[in-house]
Amino acid sequence: MDKLIIGRYLPGDSLIYRLDPRLKFLITFYFIGIVFLANNVASYAFLLVFVLFAVYVSKVNLLFFIKGLRPMFWLILFTVALQAFFTPSNDPIWHWAFLTLSKDGLVIAAYIFMRFVLIIFISTLLTLTTTPIEISDSIESILKPLKVVKFPVTQVALMLSIALRFVPLLIDETTKIMDAQRARGVDFGEGGLIKRIKAFVPILIPLFVSSFSIAYDLAIAMESRGYKDGEGRSKYRVLNWSKRDNWTIVFMVLVTAILLLLRSYR
Amino acid sequence: MSGLGLADVSCTIESGQFTAIVGKTGSGKSTMVKHINALLKPTSGTITVGDHQITPETDNKNLKPLRKKVGMVFQFPESQLFEDTVEKDIMFGPKNFGFTEAEAKAAAEKMIEVVGLGPEYLKKSPFDLSGGQMRRVAIAGVLASDPETIILDEPTAGLDPVGRKEIMDLFKAQQQKGKTIILITHNMDDVANYADKLMVMHDSRLVGLGTPQEIFNDHELLEKNYISLPQSAIFAEKLADKGFTFSKLPITISELTAEIKEQIHGD
Repeated sequence: MDKLIIGRYLPGDSLIYRLDPRLKFLITFYFIGIVFLANNVASYAFLLVFVLFAVYVSKVNLLFFIKGLRPMFWLILFTVALQAFFTPSNDPIWHWAFLTLSKDGLVIAAYIFMRFVLIIFISTLLTLTTTPIEISDSIESILKPLKVVKFPVTQVALMLSIALRFVPLLIDETTKIMDAQRARGVDFGEGGLIKRIKAFVPILIPLFVSSFSIAYDLAIAMESRGYKDGEGRSKYRVLNWSKRDNWTIVFMVLVTAILLLLRSYR
Repeated sequence: MSGLGLADVSCTIESGQFTAIVGKTGSGKSTMVKHINALLKPTSGTITVGDHQITPETDNKNLKPLRKKVGMVFQFPESQLFEDTVEKDIMFGPKNFGFTEAEAKAAAEKMIEVVGLGPEYLKKSPFDLSGGQMRRVAIAGVLASDPETIILDEPTAGLDPVGRKEIMDLFKAQQQKGKTIILITHNMDDVANYADKLMVMHDSRLVGLGTPQEIFNDHELLEKNYISLPQSAIFAEKLADKGFTFSKLPITISELTAEIKEQIHGD
């Protein structure tokens, strides 16, 4: 059950931890965007150096990032193999039926592999150094301009933070209900597929019922403490933009410039 | 504590006895009872239930015969209800344990009466019932599999006093039919009124085991483990300050009234 936890935040303290979460959030997406600008060995190598530098500055053990690759292993393998064997070429190294292995194909496969590594590393860096609640606060702050078009920004942000808060609660509840049904003779992981799926009905229904009652209780508790959405709510966690965030932006501009430069060398 | 949920818990719970387990929140009571029907397995040591042995190597398969023998009523058991009628929900356990449809139906009809609800409840949806009635249905669902041992984890939490007494009397009646009852509770009056044996847990360890009379007389043990006395005993201690004398600490109301009567008539 522990594996299900979204955004495995790792408590720590370093420059990356102290950056404004909004900036981290935006840079992560920006970086994922510019990864697709890289087009040669030099530019990929440069991006890799950048990511490794960020990991170094964050003071988080590199092993956590390598572990982050593991759940994606099959997807990476499949995509890389697809690129390696299906890139058409006039100069194949190896050929069998519809499979072709060529230098071009291998190079493209290596690039794809690099993209995966870069994107997974940078997003792992975000989730390891930013608490889920900071991320949801950032989303609220970033979406604020949408208020002009009557998009319910505060409600969406509230939904996000409640959802995050409920994850551990629901995991506890699930464990409890599973124990109760086990004690009544349910055997999870026994029998055929249909039987296994059926074994989950006695968990899902009570889980549904209790989620509704928890939600109902929460709504009453919030209203009785005077919760009212909309304008004028102050915030307990205030996001602070500081000088180091400005410097980070300057740094990112430099990174982009170098990347564009390297890109033009063929 | 090095992350151990339980350490050094060695005891024997005799068949046919009503054993209560007390201890403050987080002392390991629930963790301990979950070992009795192998919801948890020990990292070292063994648990023997009748002719079943649970060891760290016990396979997760083939636990059904054990779980049929050891029924378990969790805290707030009403959260385990899921079928569309009360009858089907009560039949769920028995059917998992190999009862035929007819046997399970008969068990449901019998148990709905045992928990104090009429047969008219069988066709209702459990989600239309009140909290107290749902609790009774859930208890019926556990009793219906006819377990030899019944583990109760604070079965009366949140019930009104009348409902509480009815439920506790129901478990006592089950004991008189030969079942072994293990009750986790914070209510010392329930301990005094119903239990034959009392176990005290503290910091994942078993720190006291004896009859309620023995444990309630062990002031040092009670104080160390934040355990209060039953109301009758508290009352008796106050009377003792005023000059009453008691042959032994009265822990139930009937013991208390019997002793007081004697002394008032004696004057």
